[in-house]
Amino acid sequence: MNIMAELAIIFGVCLISEGIAALLPIAFPASVISMLLLLFLLLSGIIKGRYIDRACRFLVGNMAFFFIAPCVGIMEHAKALLACLIPFLFIAVLTTPLVYFVTAWVIQLMLTAQRKKEDGRHG
Amino acid sequence: MAEALLNSPFLGLGLTCAAWCVGLWVQKKTGLILCNPLVIATALIIACLSLFRIPYESYTVGADLISMMLGPVTAVLALNIYNQRTLLRQYFFPVLAGCLAGSLVSMGSVFFLCRLLAMDPAITAALLPKSVTTAIALAISESRGGIPGITAAAVLIAGVVGAMFSPLFAKFFNITDPVAEGVAIGACSHALGTTKALEIGQLQGAMSSISLCLCGIITSVSVLFL
Repeated sequence: MNIMAELAIIFGVCLISEGIAALLPIAFPASVISMLLLLFLLLSGIIKGRYIDRACRFLVGNMAFFFIAPCVGIMEHAKALLACLIPFLFIAVLTTPLVYFVTAWVIQLMLTAQRKKEDGRHG
Repeated sequence: MAEALLNSPFLGLGLTCAAWCVGLWVQKKTGLILCNPLVIATALIIACLSLFRIPYESYTVGADLISMMLGPVTAVLALNIYNQRTLLRQYFFPVLAGCLAGSLVSMGSVFFLCRLLAMDPAITAALLPKSVTTAIALAISESRGGIPGITAAAVLIAGVVGAMFSPLFAKFFNITDPVAEGVAIGACSHALGTTKALEIGQLQGAMSSISLCLCGIITSVSVLFL
């Protein structure tokens, strides 16, 4: 498909999502709505994966590029950040292994239980 | 003439693209995760703006056009989930439970620690979504009055820590299941961790990309109740 047509589909989904977000009584990110909407369109077969494949691969492949601008925004708030740099770093670094640990163990325990059950059934 | 240059969107656009290419080049040359192209590009642009005394507002004329693309970038993550749908169906409940637990623990621990350390509400709001991918994290942070730059920095730190140390975490916490490992990497360090998960293995990479999408959705929903 033409790359502009692919972009038109993606932008269209984003536009509709902005409209939905404006209608919602709560502050829910329009970008997450657009992800759910696009997933629904893909699963229901209205949009085929190949229709948007190239644009998606480009956008996801260069994802980090699009975050540069918000990152540079930190220079505007350097003072606020420097005032609490140590607790900020402490929280940002420490909670990461914690999340890893909890997520991995929940899944590992569930999968072990699931397999035991299956073994019991087969054995 | 200086005025015309400062008001042109090409200043921000050109500077961002050039800095990104330098970042990619440095990463390729050094091969270090700490030399993340995003970190290098950001540092370069800040240095450039300060050195030439270019006001931040002039940079945003062009940079806003790039930030605008964050919406579409998030939307197309849907194709990632869609492409992994058979794998997701196979492990649906464990993966969902893991992502739910991970997202809640992430927000809960950040919220609790921020309270404990008496952090400013704008910084707490900026830190809350730090485990999810930047596009979603920024949207959540902004909806709660957080400072976008600080969110971006926190997300970046979580990503770099996860990408650097996830093999170590697996050994330390005794995680042997590839599904659990992949989902955990995605849950704690989003897209940046996913690049590492892909290096560890195909299954880990796929699970990590599913988990970064799921955690983004779960976090943006559950933050409404906080």
